[in-house]
Amino acid sequence: MLGGSSEIALATARRLIARRTRTVWLAGRPSPALEEAAGQLRGLGADVHTIAFDALDPTSHEAVLGKVFAEGDIDMVLLAFGLLGDQARDEREPEAAVRVAQTNYTGAVSAGLVCARALQSQGHGSLVVMSSVAGERARRANFIYGSSKAGLDAFAQGLGDALHGTGVHVMVVRPGFVRTRMTAGLPESPLATTPEAVATAVELGLRRRSETVWVPGALRVVMSALRHLPRAAFRRLPI
Amino acid sequence: MSADTDSDPHVPGLEHTTVTGWGRTAPSAARLIRPRTYEEAAAAVRDCGARGGIPRGLGRAYGDAAQNAGGAVLDMTGLDRVHAIDADGGIVLCDAGVSLHRLMEVLLPLGWFVPVSPGTRYVTVGGAIGADIHGKNHHVSGSFSRHVLSLELLTADGEIRTVVPGTPLFDATAGGMGLTGVILTATIRLQPVETSMMSVDTERAADLDDLMARLAATDHRYRYSVAWIDLLARGAATGRAVLTRGDHAPLDALPARARGNPLSFRTSRLPAAPAVLPEGLLSRTTVSLFNELWYRKAPRTRSGRLQRISAFFHPLDGVPHWNRVYGRGGFVQYQFAVGHGQEDALRRVVRRISERRCPSFLAILKRFGESDPGWLSFPVPGWTLALDIPAGLPGLGAFLDELDEEVAAAGGRVYLAKDARLRPELLAAMYPRLDDFRALRAELDPRGVFVSDLARRLHL
Repeated sequence: MLGGSSEIALATARRLIARRTRTVWLAGRPSPALEEAAGQLRGLGADVHTIAFDALDPTSHEAVLGKVFAEGDIDMVLLAFGLLGDQARDEREPEAAVRVAQTNYTGAVSAGLVCARALQSQGHGSLVVMSSVAGERARRANFIYGSSKAGLDAFAQGLGDALHGTGVHVMVVRPGFVRTRMTAGLPESPLATTPEAVATAVELGLRRRSETVWVPGALRVVMSALRHLPRAAFRRLPI
Repeated sequence: MSADTDSDPHVPGLEHTTVTGWGRTAPSAARLIRPRTYEEAAAAVRDCGARGGIPRGLGRAYGDAAQNAGGAVLDMTGLDRVHAIDADGGIVLCDAGVSLHRLMEVLLPLGWFVPVSPGTRYVTVGGAIGADIHGKNHHVSGSFSRHVLSLELLTADGEIRTVVPGTPLFDATAGGMGLTGVILTATIRLQPVETSMMSVDTERAADLDDLMARLAATDHRYRYSVAWIDLLARGAATGRAVLTRGDHAPLDALPARARGNPLSFRTSRLPAAPAVLPEGLLSRTTVSLFNELWYRKAPRTRSGRLQRISAFFHPLDGVPHWNRVYGRGGFVQYQFAVGHGQEDALRRVVRRISERRCPSFLAILKRFGESDPGWLSFPVPGWTLALDIPAGLPGLGAFLDELDEEVAAAGGRVYLAKDARLRPELLAAMYPRLDDFRALRAELDPRGVFVSDLARRLHL
């Protein structure tokens, strides 16, 4: 679980432990929250390790993640780290915007490629990438975050095609508005969902070896319609 | 080439092929190598790399026994020569990649039959030894390895060893799931037959107790015995079954017109199941209906019916790729055995399965005879039940875990050739010789050249 204290990652871990997952690695910035999350998962019966991982330090990814893969085969990697940022402030402070972009896109490209190579050499496994509906079409309200997810989404799709036939499965997950710490205080969008619902969708997608998963599923239709809306109309939508 | 591999010709430079077992679950990618000579096999073992290699036959193991993610899989079906037949003494020497189907084609006209045949002819001799397979005659003849007089084993050091029964290496290899080395050839003792027909008695059993009583009372009269059990029947009918038992028909049992050519080996094959079938074809409703019809169409009792070998032993071989009926999600075959005296555990498991309403058709109950010497051989004197379940059934993992606990508590075990999901903790309780097996492997193959997904999952 990259982004080991993310609520979606932990909900997914809980779900998978209930479905017989035995070992979990939580990779994230060292924090009491990370250790507490590990303790909770241990309480569910899994063997849980934590490891210091910083999305903003791509030069360290090879060493950090290599250590995890050296301990034994990994059946699933979840790329769940991400930074929502604050659109208004990020527009004023390009450096803050860059941090969002580097975490969500550059960091994920680096970690994704490192994991993809390790999974490929073990010949099996799934790489689950947390994208977002925000990446499907950039919105005025959060286009900095949205554009970073758009890049990540495109990267993950291409990676999935590159790994087709290698035994490694890449799954892109596009949740809508998820009620978490990251979105606390924000006005809720329609079709809002929960980390648990995302976890359920991930589990089902893993079983079916799906390539793209929308949470909730209805967003696929909604976004398909929004994608084709003319710019002038899209701009005026209250979203 | 087995149909359960799937390579992508569009990706240039891609040398990996996705491999699954017969249940089509848990695919993993490996370099598939098909040696045509013993030297090529030795070279493949020498060069198989950091993630090791595992021999594979016709891919009929249901789970992950013959796949090796990220490593090499040695497809042994290219080594398929029958070297010598002693037509008087009933002994054959052949390559490990020869299928039992091929052996039947060659041997039946000479009046000989394979000593043990599982539910499919499309297994190789190497696979039959590696999984130490059993058939409907286990209560009389034991498992396949009991009829192996000697075998040649290519071990991790590149040596080819001649291995005979009664040695630790033989007992580790029989049922050893390919993890002691690559079997290259085997010498097998055969079963004499006068005809290629079976004389079959059929009877119905009203429930599980009736079934077990009938099997215990009269199995010794038959060389072959098996019961199909309806696991969807509930209440008083829980465990109702159709018994089919028989023996090779003697020449004088054949009608006069058939006596001229009594040993012809005839099979019939229907068109293969289509590659893509809708999910959920096997629902509770369709399977209940099928089971009901199967039970009703069976005669209450009938004796001496003549059946072809293929119809008696291998009805499913008539539909190539029948495993596709479970759809893309694949299926799990759960097979366990419990000893005599553990009938209550068997009853509890049957009741749980039937209460759980698993859409399972053609579950098989069989009474085993004496155990076989293989350290990881499956049969124990007692009872074995095998059933197919769609892998996508909600809650299946936890449900089968509970059955594992029940089976282990009763001193029973699950069959590794079928397994794709057992947890490693229970293995040592199920297979008491596991430590000996691990110790022999550690000595014979210290670098762990031979490894499979099964071995990795269960720390074999």
